[in-house]
Amino acid sequence: MNYLPNILFAIALVFGIGYFVRNVRKLIRNIKLGQDVDVSDNKSQRFKNMVNIALGQSKMVRRPIAGFLHVIVYVGFIIINIEVLEIIIDGLFNTHRFFSGIGDLYGVLIGSFEILAILVLVAVIVFWARRNVIKIKRFWNSEMTSWPKNDANYILYFEMVLMSLFLIMNATDASFQAMDSGNLISQYIAPWFSGMAESTLHLIERTAWWVHILGILVFLNYLYFSKHLHILLAFPNTYYASTKPKGQLDNLASVTKEVMLMMDPNADPFAVPDEDNDETLEKFGVSDVTDLNWTQLLSAYTCTECGRCTSSCPANLTGKKLSPRKIMMDTRDRLEEVGKNIDANKGEFKNDGKQLLGDYITKEELWACTTCNACVEECPVSISPLSIIMDMRRYLVMEESAAPVELNNMMTNIENNGAPWPYNQMDRLNWKDE
Amino acid sequence: MKLTVPTMAQYMAEGKQPEILFWVGSAGSYDDRAKKITKAFVKLLNAANIDFAVLGTEESCTGDAAKRAGNEFLFQMQAVTNIEILNAYEIKKIVTACPHSFNTLKNEYPSLGGNYQVFHHTQYLQQLIKEGRLKITNKSFKGKRITFHDPCYLGRANDVYEAPRELLKELGIDVVEMKRHKRTALCCGAGGAQMFKEPEKGDKDVNVLRTEDALQTNPDIIATGCPYCNTMMTDGVKFKEKEAEIEVLDIAELLAQSSNL
Repeated sequence: MNYLPNILFAIALVFGIGYFVRNVRKLIRNIKLGQDVDVSDNKSQRFKNMVNIALGQSKMVRRPIAGFLHVIVYVGFIIINIEVLEIIIDGLFNTHRFFSGIGDLYGVLIGSFEILAILVLVAVIVFWARRNVIKIKRFWNSEMTSWPKNDANYILYFEMVLMSLFLIMNATDASFQAMDSGNLISQYIAPWFSGMAESTLHLIERTAWWVHILGILVFLNYLYFSKHLHILLAFPNTYYASTKPKGQLDNLASVTKEVMLMMDPNADPFAVPDEDNDETLEKFGVSDVTDLNWTQLLSAYTCTECGRCTSSCPANLTGKKLSPRKIMMDTRDRLEEVGKNIDANKGEFKNDGKQLLGDYITKEELWACTTCNACVEECPVSISPLSIIMDMRRYLVMEESAAPVELNNMMTNIENNGAPWPYNQMDRLNWKDE
Repeated sequence: MKLTVPTMAQYMAEGKQPEILFWVGSAGSYDDRAKKITKAFVKLLNAANIDFAVLGTEESCTGDAAKRAGNEFLFQMQAVTNIEILNAYEIKKIVTACPHSFNTLKNEYPSLGGNYQVFHHTQYLQQLIKEGRLKITNKSFKGKRITFHDPCYLGRANDVYEAPRELLKELGIDVVEMKRHKRTALCCGAGGAQMFKEPEKGDKDVNVLRTEDALQTNPDIIATGCPYCNTMMTDGVKFKEKEAEIEVLDIAELLAQSSNL
């Protein structure tokens, strides 16, 4: 008996999964470069959010066309993967259609896979057309050139090819067609190959089978380098996303400590800071990715660059440079850069003179935000670009005193008069008699 | 009509506690347009005989604009100062006509020691009507085309979409919704401290785009529930040279006007 195909298959499987695991480890390492944050609260609400938003796609369908097509691809992706289990068993143990022994149910399963496959194929072609023919605006913003644009199309090509291979594999499988159960779609494809010799047919079937499973392994490993990671990370991201009202911005604890000290009449202003407990070097706000908390870094990897945020951002809609999607893409790009730096320097980050603020995200973008939460509301996987924008504004103001002049005036007014305008606090009730 | 606006200090002197504190906010105290909203709301409170008080000269900016500009220090200084006063007066319930104050007091003061029940004035007015304490009988706005602009800090930030619409319904008004409304509503352009600075370079101002949204509904009145939104939309209407035909009014003003207050 010839074991060569099985050995080759096992090797491909080990390499495919092994390389993926290696990259997932790197992914986790990079995410952990973020600051710690307490996400242990509201467990049941978090779980509900994950079930509704990630599993249930509740926010996807708010835009019905894209949402409906996405649900097809999503359901297809998950269900067709049951077939991959059979492929792996067949590949390893030299069986052919291992599950076909289960009888009628097998036909029902494969039949539904075939229907899903053709639906996914159609949906993916529509997706491709929306990007490349209809040219929907949010896919053509300035950050969507080169790699981000190609990445999106590669994913669609991958899916088109994988679905086609699955159907061709079934269509050219003579014994499967002879069973005439479950070949709902492939029976219409089979006639295309009708004139061929049995050996040719078998060769096509085997080729389709091999390219299909190898394609899946390649696609799996493509994820880490692509925006497509959302198929995995949407789940943890919706779980760890904020459960607070969207308007609630966290109060920086480090600032609270200082403010309470200032307000404390018993505090000694000349006290020497406690050497053992010296946290005075703490940085206020965020200038680089490692200042962000790990859930923000997770969401940067989760972002699939759909652009719903940007297409609802008032600043972006009125021609400003700010694009919430770009905030997430920049965060991920910089994090990848930091990760590669660590890899290249034996686990230690070597200062590269760069940072997220300035080298990736400009002040002009940050100051254009109205904090309206439209981006947060829109994101189908609960990402908050706003939280990153706010953290970077904090750095600009508290570490660099680099607010626009008008804002400095506003803040001086609040400090001196308790109002953003230069009016006397004693006049605060004058309106009642005017 | 003379407004009755007691201060907390007066209540304290009499050894009494009001039912609710009206947080006027900086815009409501100093901005000429916003002061009219403040007064309209007070007229309604007076008409309903509500035992309320203001902090008056003891009130200070909540710090929202400072916080959103990135100045967490200044925000927390403001918050801690305000909380000290509010707690000294043992305030339990607060109503405000400013969604920014509403959001800050409700969401950002608790972890600094300020725990209050906070209402936006549309929520509070709706409650007064429901309890029969405020009666709206005049339906003089019936037949007018009125659209409602959702303030971000009321809507998306705190999921309050129905209270203002319910009040408009009380006035016999069928709101003509803009294409972008409720959670997809477009910002007026003032939030996140934008009110106090020039916008970044772009091809349009946000308030103009939002006013265009509103104009598509062909309204007689653009209603809103935020002093900043009011300013932005009023400016937008002027920019479009429609100020002769279209009024921008706060929900409190609509209620007060319909009751001839």
